Amino acid sequence: MRSRNGMLLLLAAAITILPLLVVGNAEFSGSDGQARDVIDGGGYEPWFEPLWEPPSGEIESLLFSLQAALGAGLLGYYIGLRKGRREEKGRAERSRGERAELHAGD
Amino acid sequence: MHIMEGYLPPLHAVAWTVTAAPFVVAGVRRIQRVAEDHPETKLLLATSGAFAFVLSALKIPSVTGSCSHPTGVGLGAVLFGPNVMAVLGTIVLLFQALLLAHGGLTTLGANAFSMAVVGPWVAFGVWRMASGMGRSLAVFLAAALGNLATYCTTSVQLALAFPDPATGIGGALVKFLSIFAITQIPLAVVEGLLTVVVVNLLMQYSRDELSTLSFAPRTASRAKVVGAE
Repeated sequence: MRSRNGMLLLLAAAITILPLLVVGNAEFSGSDGQARDVIDGGGYEPWFEPLWEPPSGEIESLLFSLQAALGAGLLGYYIGLRKGRREEKGRAERSRGERAELHAGD
Repeated sequence: MHIMEGYLPPLHAVAWTVTAAPFVVAGVRRIQRVAEDHPETKLLLATSGAFAFVLSALKIPSVTGSCSHPTGVGLGAVLFGPNVMAVLGTIVLLFQALLLAHGGLTTLGANAFSMAVVGPWVAFGVWRMASGMGRSLAVFLAAALGNLATYCTTSVQLALAFPDPATGIGGALVKFLSIFAITQIPLAVVEGLLTVVVVNLLMQYSRDELSTLSFAPRTASRAKVVGAE
């Protein structure tokens, strides 16, 4: 199972990296922004502005990293917690089994 | 799939908000029920939301030479049913609208409808139909197609709001689909793969919770222990 997950993650990484190699000279701008440009091209004026905008690209990337970190943190905590509990349960069952064997020898 | 703040005419903004709202209300009720009936699965529910949090923060390059992001809503949809993701997905969108100026409050309804309603429902439907094909393949297809459906929905929403002067809604749809859908295909595959990885880990370490949610059958070893007692 572990090697299978490793393969799946490698494949996901490969699919992500491939475009950088194949179309390396592209801009890689966001598709959301491209759609906005198309709408702007039609002469549309947005009627509402964001209440707050990150003042710079650095602040924006800070908040995006925060979003990813919060999500990844909880995901890792959960999997780690369950893995630990499972191992603990396995140990308890094994030691019970050993005790039972000892008694069987009496 | 984020329609930017102010980029839907007021009538459209209101209509999509009204359309998405009942799903969010149903989702709140469903979350309350899950928390009451199976409190032991609350942390897994939060983790499903966390998965959507990470994935929707990742801008990933695509073969079209542009970037887009996965949504991560397929996982929670197959585990807990689609409605819970209406709530969790909307929370993600609200975070991005308020702190990142990504999406917006006036477009929250439309964005919630595509990412937090259509995506999870398509994922759930595909999961139900494909579950005979084996767990991994069904989860993969559910997450990938749910992701694609979200971006197709965004294209439809924009085409309805901004029909092409010459070719109408159909022409505009082709235009927006060409921006969103093709870019999204490799990303949908990535999202499918990552969702399968997480489900594999859950099957290994959280089997009891998955059984409670009737996602997985009870383990054989557990049945044996019960039988021996």
